[in-house]
Amino acid sequence: MTTVDKEPSMVKQKEMIGAHFDRLSTARDDGKKVVYTFVPGNLTELLLSFDVLPVYPEINALQSAMRKKSGDFITEAERLGHSEDVCTYVKCDIGMKHKGNIGPTGQVLPKPDLLLLSYTGCFTFLKWFELLREEYQCPVVLLHTPYQADGEITPSMREYMIKQIKSEVIPALEKLTGRAFDEDRLRELLKLSARAEDDMVSVLQSAKHRPSPIDAYFGGVYYIGPMFTAFRGTQGAVDYYSLLRDEVEGRVARGEGPITPDGPMTTEKYRLVVEGPPNWTDFREFWKMFSDEGAVVVASTYTKVGGVYDFGFRHDPHDPLGTLADYCMGVYTNRSLPQRVSMLEHYVREYGADGVLVNSVKSCNSFSAGQLVMLREVEKRTGIAGGFIETDLVDARYFSAANVKNRIESYLQMIQQKRGGHAQEARP
Amino acid sequence: MRTFTGIDLGSTTTKAVMLDEDGQILGRGITNSRSNYDLAATIAKAEAHVSARFRLLSRELEKTEPAATLEKFLTLIEVEFRRQQSLEQLRLLADATARECEHPRVARIKDALIERVAALVEHMIQAEAKPAPLMVVKEEKKTSDFFRDRAASQYSRLAETHADARVTFDDLMSIFDKAIIRVENTELKESFQDLMLRALSKVSARFDETTAQRHRTAVQRALDIELLNGGVIGTGYGRQRLPFPKQDIRSEILCHGLGAHHQFPATRTVLDIGGQDTKAIQVDDRGIVTSFQMNDRCAAGCGRYLGYIADEMSLGVHELGPIAMQSERRVKISSTCTVFAGAELRDRLSNGQRREDILAGLHRAIILRAMSLLARSGGVLDEFTFTGGVANNEAAVTALRQLVDENYGARTVNISAGSIYTGALGAALFSLRAAHEQAAA
Amino acid sequence: MDARQTVEQLVAQADALYHDLDFAAVKAWRARTGGRVVGCLPTYSPKELIHAAGLLPVHLRGGGDQLEIIRGDAYFQSYICQMPRGIIELALSHRLDDFDGFVFPAICDVIRNLSGIWQLLFPDKLARYLDIPQNFDVEVGGAFYAEELGRLLADLEKLAGHPVTDEALRASIAAYNTNRRSVEALMTLRADKPWLVPADEAYLIIRAGDVLPVEEHTAMVDRYVALLPQLDRPVRDHSRVVVSGAFCEQPPLGLIKTLERAGCYIVWDDMTIHCRFIHGDVSTDGDPKLALARAFIERAVESASVYSCRGSKGAELCRTVKTSGAQGVFFAAPSFGDPALLDQPMLQAALDQQKIPWTAFKYAENLGQFQVIREQAGTFSDSIRLWGD
Repeated sequence: MTTVDKEPSMVKQKEMIGAHFDRLSTARDDGKKVVYTFVPGNLTELLLSFDVLPVYPEINALQSAMRKKSGDFITEAERLGHSEDVCTYVKCDIGMKHKGNIGPTGQVLPKPDLLLLSYTGCFTFLKWFELLREEYQCPVVLLHTPYQADGEITPSMREYMIKQIKSEVIPALEKLTGRAFDEDRLRELLKLSARAEDDMVSVLQSAKHRPSPIDAYFGGVYYIGPMFTAFRGTQGAVDYYSLLRDEVEGRVARGEGPITPDGPMTTEKYRLVVEGPPNWTDFREFWKMFSDEGAVVVASTYTKVGGVYDFGFRHDPHDPLGTLADYCMGVYTNRSLPQRVSMLEHYVREYGADGVLVNSVKSCNSFSAGQLVMLREVEKRTGIAGGFIETDLVDARYFSAANVKNRIESYLQMIQQKRGGHAQEARP
Repeated sequence: MRTFTGIDLGSTTTKAVMLDEDGQILGRGITNSRSNYDLAATIAKAEAHVSARFRLLSRELEKTEPAATLEKFLTLIEVEFRRQQSLEQLRLLADATARECEHPRVARIKDALIERVAALVEHMIQAEAKPAPLMVVKEEKKTSDFFRDRAASQYSRLAETHADARVTFDDLMSIFDKAIIRVENTELKESFQDLMLRALSKVSARFDETTAQRHRTAVQRALDIELLNGGVIGTGYGRQRLPFPKQDIRSEILCHGLGAHHQFPATRTVLDIGGQDTKAIQVDDRGIVTSFQMNDRCAAGCGRYLGYIADEMSLGVHELGPIAMQSERRVKISSTCTVFAGAELRDRLSNGQRREDILAGLHRAIILRAMSLLARSGGVLDEFTFTGGVANNEAAVTALRQLVDENYGARTVNISAGSIYTGALGAALFSLRAAHEQAAA
Repeated sequence: MDARQTVEQLVAQADALYHDLDFAAVKAWRARTGGRVVGCLPTYSPKELIHAAGLLPVHLRGGGDQLEIIRGDAYFQSYICQMPRGIIELALSHRLDDFDGFVFPAICDVIRNLSGIWQLLFPDKLARYLDIPQNFDVEVGGAFYAEELGRLLADLEKLAGHPVTDEALRASIAAYNTNRRSVEALMTLRADKPWLVPADEAYLIIRAGDVLPVEEHTAMVDRYVALLPQLDRPVRDHSRVVVSGAFCEQPPLGLIKTLERAGCYIVWDDMTIHCRFIHGDVSTDGDPKLALARAFIERAVESASVYSCRGSKGAELCRTVKTSGAQGVFFAAPSFGDPALLDQPMLQAALDQQKIPWTAFKYAENLGQFQVIREQAGTFSDSIRLWGD
């Protein structure tokens, strides 16, 4: 976002990210260990308690896409034998590695000393780190997060996870770092996580206001950044979310809409709930298809992929391992389809939405398989019309701007016509 | 009277529909889409205007002419009008080709080229200027090719005979290819009135003076009817920017739904299988879309797929339906992926399966894709309207009727003739509605 | 009847069962026994539990190349594999009305989410997702899996209307051990004397176990295996290949025939892994749930859906190639099948290291034309015959 004055929270986030990548670039020299892991089910507090540096290949992939580099990386991976059918995050990552492993800031990313395969909410993660294990010939520790198939966490599931953390993950980290597990330090980090989570939830829920001061999808991906990656549990994250919350509360007080690629939105015409990840290769153009029409996303499920915090869960320092397990099992993609439908229904009602839009992403079976049924179910339960678009994560060949724009515009006009043709009149 | 116009900028053709204040279709125009969108829209609108004037003329003539001569006169005047239009375009072509011959690229053969090209185009002008007997005239009226296509085929035929070792066929064609773009992107200077009167003067010679006088009166009355522009709405996608102000654009899905509803007011479900995409649309009793699903990513299930099959079998697309209808034992085709279409076809033919049986299976497979799109959008409600180029295909229609019946029960199925104008019609209706809303406000 | 005629009859019977998407055999079993039926999605459905509860486990695939998908496509986008469409089609066309419950083992996200779709569409039928363990410590993953099996068993007891004793479970485990041994015997015979065992025949015979009660199936397989050596089937100069893949989604029969007609003997394959995903027997000592869990943890057959933590990736495949005397490997993956497709480059690398030739293609269960694959298979077959050992 280049046209906008940088808000303090944006500046802070940029600093944090920059510092993190700087640390990564000197990791070897500083004797720091590097652990690759995934965003859903990330055990960042545990990793930080061992003083290791986490790297999130998914984030690398999406950053590559936003910098228009993912196409080349994917081509490289396909040249190496990967199918066009498979997840483009994986291909982007493998291609990036083969082309020098240069990260989003232009610095070479350090190799992993350990792959923490948090098998959470996505089967492809399993294959991804199997592939990286072959690439890097480094140790892997697997954490299997059981699926909430019946929409609940059973004692058996919890125990399984805690046992794994105790018998596999912690020993692996101890071996890697030569340090003993410091439970007190973990508790401290978890305490800070919970504080940041409070503020983040407040930010997300600000979208209930009219007009919404935030866009909970496009803007939302920036807001979840620190929470879902290397900063949860740090003072930095606490500071960031506190800053962000102040800014958002300020906008609410002034009745201001969200910041868009073209500046602050002045007229909120449509309030939408969006299901599915965004497209990264054409992120800004995609955003404008909404913001140009005065459409704001008031709630999204993607912003819960790295953790669901707006239904009461907080990291609990009193039960460090249990809370890590609960966190993992609660991420959005680890929830059953009926649970996801209920969440969407909840968002539509609680956030006063005019429509629910599914962005079905070619790469991601975890999100995508079943979205058509989910959409119909949400329509049935809420009475509002659903929209359906199809794109991809990081492969620009699957983003057809004309087609996507056509569908979005048609969908918004459909909503407008239903209201009797008066675009300004949003639902009371 | 006030008119309301809708313009649909499609990928191949640009359509315009003009309505009167009561929502009746006055005129329709179509032209091939081109790089200058503004111009394509203008020309389509102009064509609709022409068509409207002829409709008005027809209404005037009905007051005074017996049916037999009315038909004859209208045919003649329209053909003559078109001829005059063509002549103007050919004169533009003459200028444009002459200018292209000045390009340094062809300097080495310049003189010979100028002469050859000029002779060629003059030949075309002479051919066009010659009035044809009535029989042929009737034929001509039916086939209204775009100027670009007619000119291209005429020119290339002539080029074959005019070419030699020095000035080759390719040399001649390259001049045409560049010149025609210029011609297409130039607005015709002559007004409708001028062209009409010139055409009239030529046609009058074929009638006795009394009749001719009546014709002249009717034409003048038709020309004198003031057509006031009450509004224009544009639609169409696949473009970065439509040449209309934002508030005058409607999505082509909404336009399509409304247009289909206008033709068949009891329509609740619309299926449009076009060349490039397929749409399943649900509309309410006002013709407003309540739900839609698109297939715009996959050639399978669209008209394009039939194009591939036709190419594979060295047939015209319009031949596929009739052949498929001869099948007595349809082959089950499970996959309609166009990537494999050729291989699958060859495989089956070499295995002895009959052409008509394979084609019947292919048609059914395409319609099955459409059925799933319909299911996603909310099913097939009564009445059900089928539009788009593929709606002209008998085998597709048969398969569709059967599958709808099997899966949803009895439905009134409307097949829309002239469905290529549905989007533009819907846009025009939106324009009309906008005017009514403004009046009410 | 002589051996040839009996074999023909067995194959015809298996063929009829394979092609019957109305599940007449299942209906007949129901009528005969009054029992209930549980549909098992691929791949790791623990049929022993279902059998022990007196229920009939029926392995479900999609509709193959026989089913016209009319409703199923409305549930899945185009970049999702074919199989779940077929399964939904079967359900919505009332072909699964006689099924009382369904088990969805954790093989991938599509089947995982299908269990959720089932909960939304058919809320009064049991739809049990089975999370198979990816931790291979007996005390950790094994314990968890035993609990998962326990949860499933509780559901099955409810369906059956009575509790299931450990004794019953052990008996079922024994029955399936026997069945697995019989199937392995068939596969071993094929590896030894492939000319006796056409791949499509063996496939049909093994697939008959999808719908038959296990005892009947074992008898069928044993009979077939016993009769084969009596047949006078000519030896052909064919190459010997292994077909490797995930095979949740099954290849059409025509594809299997195409491969052999292209000049190959398929001496080993993963196509029917759903009825033999454990190496060796499951113990009938002690707690049967723990025994099943342990067997999976310690001896699961290597596959794309099971995390490979034991040895290096592809080691088992290389071993299989050697023990079956194969000269090369066909990799077959269903289109859009992420697990299989992402696995392949790793398995292929392992084969490259061992200098075992391979070729790869994609298929879908409703693939209707095999020309491209036929040419590819023929070329490959020729090359490994001419240049192989």
